[in-house]
Amino acid sequence: MMTKTTNDAEAAKIDRRRIAARIARDIPEGWHVNLGIGIPLLVGDSLPPDREVLLHSENGILGMGPLVAVGNADPWLVNAGKQDISLLPGASLFDHALSFSIIRGRHLDLCILGAFEVADNGDLANWSISETDAAPAVGGAMDLAVGAQRIWIAMEHVAKNGASKLVKHCSYPLTGAGVVKRVYTDLAVIDVSPRGFELVEIVGDVDFETLQARTDAKLHRSA
Amino acid sequence: MIDKRVQSAAQALQGVKNGSTVLVGGFGQVGHPLALIDGLIEVGATDLTIVSNNAGMKTYGMPRLMKLGRVRKIICSFPRTAAVFSELYAAGKLELEIVPQGTLAERIRAAGAGIGGFFTPTGYGTLLAKGKETREIDGRSYVFEHALKGDVALIEGWEGDRWGNLTFRGSGQNFNPVMATAADMTVAQVQRVVDLGDIAPGAVTVPGIFVNRIVAVPYDPPYAAISY
Repeated sequence: MMTKTTNDAEAAKIDRRRIAARIARDIPEGWHVNLGIGIPLLVGDSLPPDREVLLHSENGILGMGPLVAVGNADPWLVNAGKQDISLLPGASLFDHALSFSIIRGRHLDLCILGAFEVADNGDLANWSISETDAAPAVGGAMDLAVGAQRIWIAMEHVAKNGASKLVKHCSYPLTGAGVVKRVYTDLAVIDVSPRGFELVEIVGDVDFETLQARTDAKLHRSA
Repeated sequence: MIDKRVQSAAQALQGVKNGSTVLVGGFGQVGHPLALIDGLIEVGATDLTIVSNNAGMKTYGMPRLMKLGRVRKIICSFPRTAAVFSELYAAGKLELEIVPQGTLAERIRAAGAGIGGFFTPTGYGTLLAKGKETREIDGRSYVFEHALKGDVALIEGWEGDRWGNLTFRGSGQNFNPVMATAADMTVAQVQRVVDLGDIAPGAVTVPGIFVNRIVAVPYDPPYAAISY
Protein backbone atom coordinates (compact mmCIF):
# COMPACT_ATOMS: atom_id res chain seq x y z
CA MET A 1 0.00 0.00 0.00
CA MET A 2 2.71 2.42 1.08
CA THR A 3 4.71 1.61 -2.04
CA LYS A 4 1.69 2.10 -4.28
CA THR A 5 0.93 5.51 -2.76
CA THR A 6 4.54 6.60 -3.14
CA ASN A 7 4.58 5.42 -6.75
CA ASP A 8 1.31 7.22 -7.51
CA ALA A 9 2.62 10.42 -6.02
CA GLU A 10 5.86 10.05 -7.96
CA ALA A 11 3.96 9.36 -11.19
CA ALA A 12 1.74 12.40 -10.60
CA LYS A 13 4.84 14.54 -10.11
CA ILE A 14 6.31 13.30 -13.40
CA ASP A 15 2.98 13.92 -15.17
CA ARG A 16 2.88 17.48 -13.83
CA ARG A 17 6.41 18.14 -15.05
CA ARG A 18 5.56 16.62 -18.42
CA ILE A 19 2.51 18.89 -18.81
CA ALA A 20 4.67 21.90 -17.95
CA ALA A 21 7.37 20.89 -20.44
CA ARG A 22 4.78 20.40 -23.20
CA ILE A 23 3.40 23.91 -22.59
CA ALA A 24 6.88 25.44 -22.57
CA ARG A 25 7.40 24.18 -26.15
CA ASP A 26 4.51 26.38 -27.34
CA ILE A 27 5.66 29.67 -25.81
CA PRO A 28 7.58 31.75 -28.35
CA GLU A 29 10.38 34.18 -27.62
CA GLY A 30 9.23 37.66 -26.69
CA TRP A 31 5.99 36.74 -24.94
CA HIS A 32 5.02 38.23 -21.59
CA VAL A 33 3.53 35.47 -19.48
CA ASN A 34 1.86 35.11 -16.07
CA LEU A 35 2.03 31.73 -14.37
CA GLY A 36 -0.58 30.64 -11.84
CA ILE A 37 0.11 28.52 -8.79
CA GLY A 38 0.58 24.74 -9.24
CA ILE A 39 1.57 23.12 -12.55
CA PRO A 40 1.79 26.54 -14.29
CA LEU A 41 4.67 27.61 -12.02
CA LEU A 42 6.65 24.58 -13.25
CA VAL A 43 6.51 25.95 -16.80
CA GLY A 44 9.09 28.59 -15.84
CA ASP A 45 11.67 25.89 -15.11
CA SER A 46 10.94 24.19 -18.45
CA LEU A 47 11.67 27.21 -20.63
CA PRO A 48 15.05 26.97 -22.38
CA PRO A 49 17.39 29.60 -20.84
CA ASP A 50 18.24 31.12 -24.22
CA ARG A 51 14.60 31.89 -25.07
CA GLU A 52 13.67 35.36 -23.81
CA VAL A 53 10.23 35.03 -22.24
CA LEU A 54 9.32 37.61 -19.59
CA LEU A 55 7.48 36.23 -16.58
CA HIS A 56 5.06 38.55 -14.78
CA SER A 57 3.92 38.29 -11.18
CA GLU A 58 0.75 39.96 -9.83
CA ASN A 59 2.63 41.56 -6.96
CA GLY A 60 4.53 43.88 -9.26
CA ILE A 61 7.30 42.01 -11.05
CA LEU A 62 8.20 41.66 -14.73
CA GLY A 63 11.26 39.57 -15.61
CA MET A 64 11.19 36.97 -12.82
CA GLY A 65 14.08 34.52 -12.70
CA PRO A 66 14.21 31.09 -11.07
CA LEU A 67 13.28 30.30 -7.48
CA VAL A 68 16.14 30.66 -5.01
CA ALA A 69 17.07 28.69 -1.91
CA VAL A 70 16.03 30.30 1.38
CA GLY A 71 19.62 31.06 2.47
CA ASN A 72 20.32 33.05 -0.71
CA ALA A 73 16.97 34.77 -0.93
CA ASP A 74 16.15 38.46 -0.68
CA PRO A 75 13.36 38.30 1.91
CA TRP A 76 11.75 41.40 0.37
CA LEU A 77 11.25 39.68 -2.97
CA VAL A 78 8.56 37.03 -3.45
CA ASN A 79 6.33 35.89 -6.29
CA ALA A 80 2.53 35.64 -6.25
CA GLY A 81 2.82 32.26 -4.49
CA LYS A 82 4.95 33.96 -1.79
CA GLN A 83 8.00 31.95 -2.87
CA ASP A 84 11.54 33.36 -2.83
CA ILE A 85 12.56 34.30 -6.35
CA SER A 86 15.33 35.98 -8.32
CA LEU A 87 15.16 38.70 -10.97
CA LEU A 88 16.64 38.57 -14.46
CA PRO A 89 18.86 41.43 -15.64
CA GLY A 90 16.33 43.85 -17.16
CA ALA A 91 13.58 43.05 -14.67
CA SER A 92 11.29 45.77 -13.33
CA LEU A 93 9.34 46.28 -10.09
CA PHE A 94 6.11 48.24 -9.68
CA ASP A 95 2.93 48.51 -7.64
CA HIS A 96 -0.35 46.58 -7.75
CA ALA A 97 -2.31 49.17 -9.74
CA LEU A 98 0.24 49.09 -12.57
CA SER A 99 0.61 45.33 -12.29
CA PHE A 100 -3.12 44.84 -12.83
CA SER A 101 -3.13 47.42 -15.64
CA ILE A 102 -0.71 45.01 -17.30
CA ILE A 103 -3.15 42.18 -16.63
CA ARG A 104 -6.55 43.80 -17.25
CA GLY A 105 -5.29 46.00 -20.09
CA ARG A 106 -4.55 42.90 -22.21
CA HIS A 107 -0.81 43.47 -22.23
CA LEU A 108 0.08 39.89 -21.30
CA ASP A 109 0.38 37.51 -24.24
CA LEU A 110 -0.50 34.54 -22.08
CA CYS A 111 -1.62 33.45 -18.67
CA ILE A 112 -1.41 29.81 -17.63
CA LEU A 113 -3.75 28.75 -14.83
CA GLY A 114 -4.72 25.58 -13.05
CA ALA A 115 -8.40 24.58 -12.97
CA PHE A 116 -10.99 22.47 -11.17
CA GLU A 117 -13.08 22.36 -14.36
CA VAL A 118 -13.07 23.71 -17.90
CA ALA A 119 -16.27 23.64 -19.98
CA ASP A 120 -16.33 23.25 -23.76
CA ASN A 121 -17.57 26.84 -24.14
CA GLY A 122 -14.38 28.08 -22.43
CA ASP A 123 -15.89 28.61 -18.98
CA LEU A 124 -13.30 28.30 -16.22
CA ALA A 125 -13.82 27.25 -12.59
CA ASN A 126 -10.70 27.42 -10.43
CA TRP A 127 -11.32 29.54 -7.32
CA SER A 128 -14.02 28.03 -5.15
CA ILE A 129 -15.48 24.59 -4.68
CA SER A 130 -18.95 25.70 -3.59
CA GLU A 131 -21.28 28.68 -3.23
CA THR A 132 -21.00 28.26 0.51
CA ASP A 133 -17.22 27.96 0.68
CA ALA A 134 -15.98 27.91 4.28
CA ALA A 135 -13.47 30.65 3.52
CA PRO A 136 -13.47 31.74 -0.10
CA ALA A 137 -10.34 33.26 -1.62
CA VAL A 138 -10.01 34.50 -5.18
CA GLY A 139 -6.65 36.30 -5.42
CA GLY A 140 -5.94 37.55 -8.94
CA ALA A 141 -7.57 34.65 -10.83
CA MET A 142 -10.64 36.59 -12.07
CA ASP A 143 -8.54 39.52 -13.30
CA LEU A 144 -6.15 37.20 -15.12
CA ALA A 145 -9.00 35.18 -16.63
CA VAL A 146 -10.44 38.21 -18.44
CA GLY A 147 -7.24 40.16 -18.92
CA ALA A 148 -4.59 38.10 -20.68
CA GLN A 149 -4.62 37.72 -24.49
CA ARG A 150 -4.78 33.95 -24.06
CA ILE A 151 -5.76 31.69 -21.18
CA TRP A 152 -4.20 28.26 -21.27
CA ILE A 153 -5.02 25.71 -18.60
CA ALA A 154 -2.59 23.19 -17.14
CA MET A 155 -4.30 20.43 -15.20
CA GLU A 156 -4.79 16.70 -14.78
CA HIS A 157 -7.37 15.38 -17.24
CA VAL A 158 -9.25 13.50 -14.55
CA ALA A 159 -9.71 14.57 -10.91
CA LYS A 160 -8.58 12.39 -7.99
CA ASN A 161 -12.17 11.18 -7.51
CA GLY A 162 -12.22 9.92 -11.10
CA ALA A 163 -14.40 12.70 -12.54
CA SER A 164 -13.38 14.34 -15.80
CA LYS A 165 -12.21 17.94 -15.40
CA LEU A 166 -13.24 18.72 -18.99
CA VAL A 167 -16.99 19.15 -18.87
CA LYS A 168 -20.08 20.36 -20.70
CA HIS A 169 -21.04 22.74 -17.87
CA CYS A 170 -18.93 23.73 -14.87
CA SER A 171 -20.47 22.58 -11.58
CA TYR A 172 -18.19 24.79 -9.48
CA PRO A 173 -18.55 28.61 -9.32
CA LEU A 174 -17.03 30.31 -12.37
CA THR A 175 -13.81 32.30 -12.40
CA GLY A 176 -14.50 33.59 -15.89
CA ALA A 177 -17.06 32.89 -18.63
CA GLY A 178 -15.81 31.74 -22.04
CA VAL A 179 -12.18 32.64 -21.35
CA VAL A 180 -10.17 29.44 -21.95
CA LYS A 181 -8.40 29.04 -25.30
CA ARG A 182 -6.44 25.81 -24.75
CA VAL A 183 -6.11 23.01 -22.21
CA TYR A 184 -2.98 20.94 -21.56
CA THR A 185 -3.51 17.76 -19.56
CA ASP A 186 -1.51 14.61 -18.84
CA LEU A 187 -3.44 12.96 -21.71
CA ALA A 188 -3.95 15.57 -24.40
CA VAL A 189 -3.72 19.09 -25.75
CA ILE A 190 -7.20 20.41 -26.49
CA ASP A 191 -8.33 23.71 -28.01
CA VAL A 192 -11.59 25.42 -27.12
CA SER A 193 -13.19 26.37 -30.45
CA PRO A 194 -16.64 27.68 -31.39
CA ARG A 195 -17.81 24.07 -31.83
CA GLY A 196 -16.36 22.93 -28.50
CA PHE A 197 -13.33 20.86 -27.49
CA GLU A 198 -11.00 20.29 -30.43
CA LEU A 199 -8.29 17.65 -30.03
CA VAL A 200 -4.88 19.03 -30.96
CA GLU A 201 -2.68 16.19 -29.80
CA ILE A 202 -2.77 13.08 -27.66
CA VAL A 203 0.21 13.10 -25.31
CA GLY A 204 -0.67 10.28 -22.92
CA ASP A 205 -0.70 6.57 -23.54
CA VAL A 206 -4.34 6.50 -24.68
CA ASP A 207 -6.30 6.15 -27.92
CA PHE A 208 -9.04 8.57 -29.03
CA GLU A 209 -11.90 6.43 -27.66
CA THR A 210 -10.32 6.20 -24.21
CA LEU A 211 -9.64 9.94 -24.22
CA GLN A 212 -13.27 10.63 -25.18
CA ALA A 213 -14.42 8.32 -22.37
CA ARG A 214 -12.42 10.41 -19.89
CA THR A 215 -13.82 13.68 -21.24
CA ASP A 216 -17.32 14.75 -20.18
CA ALA A 217 -18.05 16.68 -23.36
CA LYS A 218 -17.75 15.87 -27.03
CA LEU A 219 -14.21 15.82 -28.34
CA HIS A 220 -13.91 16.94 -31.95
CA ARG A 221 -11.10 15.78 -34.18
CA SER A 222 -9.53 18.57 -36.22
CA ALA A 223 -10.63 18.52 -39.85
CA MET B 1 9.45 73.30 8.92
CA ILE B 2 7.49 70.30 7.77
CA ASP B 3 8.28 67.31 9.91
CA LYS B 4 6.04 64.25 9.72
CA ARG B 5 8.29 62.06 11.85
CA VAL B 6 6.87 60.51 15.00
CA GLN B 7 8.77 58.54 17.62
CA SER B 8 6.77 55.33 17.93
CA ALA B 9 4.19 53.21 16.14
CA ALA B 10 1.64 53.86 18.92
CA GLN B 11 2.19 57.60 18.56
CA ALA B 12 1.78 57.23 14.80
CA LEU B 13 -1.65 55.65 15.32
CA GLN B 14 -2.95 58.18 17.89
CA GLY B 15 -6.45 59.38 17.06
CA VAL B 16 -7.66 56.34 15.12
CA LYS B 17 -11.36 56.09 15.99
CA ASN B 18 -13.54 53.07 16.61
CA GLY B 19 -15.35 51.99 13.45
CA SER B 20 -12.57 53.19 11.13
CA THR B 21 -11.81 51.66 7.76
CA VAL B 22 -8.10 50.83 7.77
CA LEU B 23 -6.16 50.09 4.58
CA VAL B 24 -3.20 47.80 5.30
CA GLY B 25 -0.43 47.36 2.72
CA GLY B 26 1.54 44.22 1.94
CA PHE B 27 1.47 41.10 -0.15
CA GLY B 28 2.18 38.18 2.10
CA GLN B 29 4.67 39.55 4.61
CA VAL B 30 6.50 41.78 2.15
CA GLY B 31 5.64 45.47 2.52
CA HIS B 32 3.30 44.59 5.37
CA PRO B 33 3.51 47.16 8.21
CA LEU B 34 3.59 44.86 11.23
CA ALA B 35 4.82 47.52 13.67
CA LEU B 36 1.94 49.82 12.74
CA ILE B 37 -0.57 47.04 13.32
CA ASP B 38 0.95 46.60 16.79
CA GLY B 39 0.55 50.35 17.25
CA LEU B 40 -3.09 50.07 16.23
CA ILE B 41 -3.58 47.33 18.81
CA GLU B 42 -1.94 49.53 21.43
CA VAL B 43 -4.20 52.56 20.82
CA GLY B 44 -7.22 50.29 21.30
CA ALA B 45 -9.41 51.16 18.31
CA THR B 46 -12.09 48.55 17.69
CA ASP B 47 -15.01 47.71 15.36
CA LEU B 48 -12.58 48.15 12.47
CA THR B 49 -12.99 47.34 8.80
CA ILE B 50 -9.66 46.11 7.46
CA VAL B 51 -8.83 46.34 3.76
CA SER B 52 -5.82 44.22 2.83
CA ASN B 53 -4.85 41.63 0.24
CA ASN B 54 -4.41 38.88 2.82
CA ALA B 55 -5.65 38.36 6.37
CA GLY B 56 -2.14 38.20 7.80
CA MET B 57 0.14 35.27 8.58
CA LYS B 58 0.79 33.13 11.62
CA THR B 59 -0.27 34.70 14.92
CA TYR B 60 1.01 38.26 15.11
CA GLY B 61 -0.01 41.46 13.37
CA MET B 62 -3.47 41.12 11.81
CA PRO B 63 -4.26 37.71 13.30
CA ARG B 64 -3.59 39.21 16.75
CA LEU B 65 -5.82 42.19 15.96
CA MET B 66 -8.57 39.78 14.86
CA LYS B 67 -8.13 37.52 17.87
CA LEU B 68 -8.55 40.53 20.18
CA GLY B 69 -11.96 41.09 18.59
CA ARG B 70 -11.06 44.50 17.15
CA VAL B 71 -12.07 43.64 13.58
CA ARG B 72 -15.67 43.69 12.41
CA LYS B 73 -15.08 43.14 8.71
CA ILE B 74 -12.32 42.20 6.31
CA ILE B 75 -12.22 43.26 2.66
CA CYS B 76 -9.57 41.29 0.81
CA SER B 77 -8.77 39.00 -2.13
CA PHE B 78 -7.10 36.07 -0.38
CA PRO B 79 -7.89 35.71 3.33
CA ARG B 80 -6.93 32.06 3.57
CA THR B 81 -3.50 32.77 5.03
CA ALA B 82 -4.14 32.91 8.78
CA ALA B 83 -5.78 30.20 10.89
CA VAL B 84 -7.34 32.85 13.16
CA PHE B 85 -9.24 34.29 10.22
CA SER B 86 -10.71 30.92 9.24
CA GLU B 87 -11.80 30.21 12.83
CA LEU B 88 -13.49 33.58 13.37
CA TYR B 89 -15.11 33.52 9.95
CA ALA B 90 -16.47 30.01 10.47
CA ALA B 91 -17.83 31.09 13.87
CA GLY B 92 -19.67 34.02 12.25
CA LYS B 93 -17.62 36.57 14.20
CA LEU B 94 -16.12 38.27 11.17
CA GLU B 95 -17.71 39.72 8.05
CA LEU B 96 -15.90 39.06 4.80
CA GLU B 97 -16.03 40.81 1.45
CA ILE B 98 -14.02 38.99 -1.20
CA VAL B 99 -12.76 41.23 -3.99
CA PRO B 100 -10.67 40.13 -6.99
CA GLN B 101 -7.12 41.34 -6.42
CA GLY B 102 -6.98 43.72 -9.38
CA THR B 103 -10.41 45.13 -8.58
CA LEU B 104 -9.28 45.69 -4.99
CA ALA B 105 -6.21 47.64 -6.16
CA GLU B 106 -8.28 49.64 -8.67
CA ARG B 107 -11.05 50.47 -6.18
CA ILE B 108 -8.41 51.90 -3.85
CA ARG B 109 -6.64 53.67 -6.72
CA ALA B 110 -9.96 55.19 -7.81
CA ALA B 111 -10.63 56.53 -4.32
CA GLY B 112 -7.19 58.13 -4.21
CA ALA B 113 -7.63 59.60 -7.69
CA GLY B 114 -11.05 61.14 -7.10
CA ILE B 115 -12.93 58.60 -9.21
CA GLY B 116 -16.28 57.39 -7.85
CA GLY B 117 -16.21 53.99 -9.49
CA PHE B 118 -15.45 52.18 -12.73
CA PHE B 119 -16.51 49.38 -15.06
CA THR B 120 -14.25 46.33 -15.15
CA PRO B 121 -14.57 43.03 -17.06
CA THR B 122 -13.22 41.21 -14.00
CA GLY B 123 -15.78 38.96 -12.34
CA TYR B 124 -18.48 39.38 -14.97
CA GLY B 125 -20.78 36.34 -14.93
CA THR B 126 -19.43 35.12 -11.57
CA LEU B 127 -20.71 35.05 -7.98
CA LEU B 128 -18.63 38.12 -7.16
CA ALA B 129 -20.65 40.23 -9.60
CA LYS B 130 -24.00 39.18 -8.12
CA GLY B 131 -26.31 42.16 -7.66
CA LYS B 132 -23.89 44.61 -9.25
CA GLU B 133 -24.67 46.96 -12.12
CA THR B 134 -23.37 45.73 -15.48
CA ARG B 135 -22.93 47.41 -18.84
CA GLU B 136 -21.89 46.42 -22.33
CA ILE B 137 -19.22 48.68 -23.78
CA ASP B 138 -18.01 48.08 -27.35
CA GLY B 139 -19.35 44.54 -27.28
CA ARG B 140 -17.76 43.55 -23.98
CA SER B 141 -19.50 43.04 -20.64
CA TYR B 142 -18.39 44.98 -17.58
CA VAL B 143 -19.23 45.15 -13.87
CA PHE B 144 -19.51 48.41 -11.94
CA GLU B 145 -17.25 48.68 -8.89
CA HIS B 146 -17.25 51.48 -6.33
CA ALA B 147 -14.15 53.32 -5.13
CA LEU B 148 -12.88 52.13 -1.75
CA LYS B 149 -11.58 54.80 0.61
CA GLY B 150 -9.92 54.44 3.99
CA ASP B 151 -10.01 56.57 7.11
CA VAL B 152 -6.45 55.44 7.75
CA ALA B 153 -3.81 53.73 5.62
CA LEU B 154 -0.95 51.77 7.19
CA ILE B 155 1.86 51.28 4.74
CA GLU B 156 5.47 50.12 4.72
CA GLY B 157 8.27 51.70 2.73
CA TRP B 158 12.00 51.12 2.69
CA GLU B 159 13.41 54.62 3.23
CA GLY B 160 11.60 57.86 3.92
CA ASP B 161 12.34 61.49 4.79
CA ARG B 162 10.68 64.06 7.05
CA TRP B 163 8.45 65.27 4.19
CA GLY B 164 7.08 61.72 3.83
CA ASN B 165 8.74 60.82 0.52
CA LEU B 166 9.10 57.04 0.30
CA THR B 167 11.12 54.40 -1.54
CA PHE B 168 10.49 50.65 -1.70
CA ARG B 169 12.50 47.46 -1.92
CA GLY B 170 11.91 44.30 -3.95
CA SER B 171 8.25 43.35 -4.23
CA GLY B 172 7.47 45.68 -1.31
CA GLN B 173 5.44 48.21 -3.30
CA ASN B 174 2.40 46.03 -3.94
CA PHE B 175 -0.65 47.80 -2.44
CA ASN B 176 1.31 50.46 -0.54
CA PRO B 177 1.51 53.30 -3.11
CA VAL B 178 -2.22 53.17 -3.99
CA MET B 179 -3.24 52.87 -0.35
CA ALA B 180 -1.11 55.90 0.50
CA THR B 181 -3.29 57.98 -1.82
CA ALA B 182 -6.66 56.73 -0.60
CA ALA B 183 -6.99 57.54 3.11
CA ASP B 184 -7.66 60.62 5.23
CA MET B 185 -4.55 59.79 7.20
CA THR B 186 -1.64 57.78 5.82
CA VAL B 187 0.94 56.43 8.23
CA ALA B 188 4.19 54.97 6.90
CA GLN B 189 6.67 52.73 8.63
CA VAL B 190 10.15 52.64 7.08
CA GLN B 191 13.47 50.94 7.80
CA ARG B 192 15.17 54.30 8.20
CA VAL B 193 14.46 58.00 7.88
CA VAL B 194 17.08 59.77 5.78
CA ASP B 195 17.86 63.47 5.29
CA LEU B 196 15.87 65.53 2.81
CA GLY B 197 17.58 65.24 -0.55
CA ASP B 198 19.15 61.87 0.18
CA ILE B 199 16.48 60.21 -1.93
CA ALA B 200 16.98 61.12 -5.60
CA PRO B 201 13.78 62.84 -6.80
CA GLY B 202 13.28 60.24 -9.53
CA ALA B 203 13.58 57.43 -6.99
CA VAL B 204 10.66 58.68 -4.88
CA THR B 205 7.83 56.21 -5.46
CA VAL B 206 5.33 57.77 -3.05
CA PRO B 207 5.63 61.59 -2.90
CA GLY B 208 5.29 63.01 0.61
CA ILE B 209 2.01 64.77 -0.23
CA PHE B 210 0.27 61.42 0.40
CA VAL B 211 1.92 60.72 3.76
CA ASN B 212 0.89 62.28 7.09
CA ARG B 213 3.09 60.48 9.59
CA ILE B 214 6.29 58.51 9.27
CA VAL B 215 8.02 56.30 11.82
CA ALA B 216 11.36 54.48 11.57
CA VAL B 217 11.14 50.82 12.56
CA PRO B 218 14.26 48.89 11.59
CA TYR B 219 13.44 45.22 11.76
CA ASP B 220 14.55 41.77 10.77
CA PRO B 221 13.70 40.44 7.35
CA PRO B 222 10.12 39.21 6.93
CA TYR B 223 9.62 35.47 6.69
CA ALA B 224 9.04 35.58 2.98
CA ALA B 225 8.58 31.97 2.06
CA ILE B 226 5.52 30.69 3.83
CA SER B 227 3.44 27.59 3.65
CA TYR B 228 -0.28 27.42 4.17
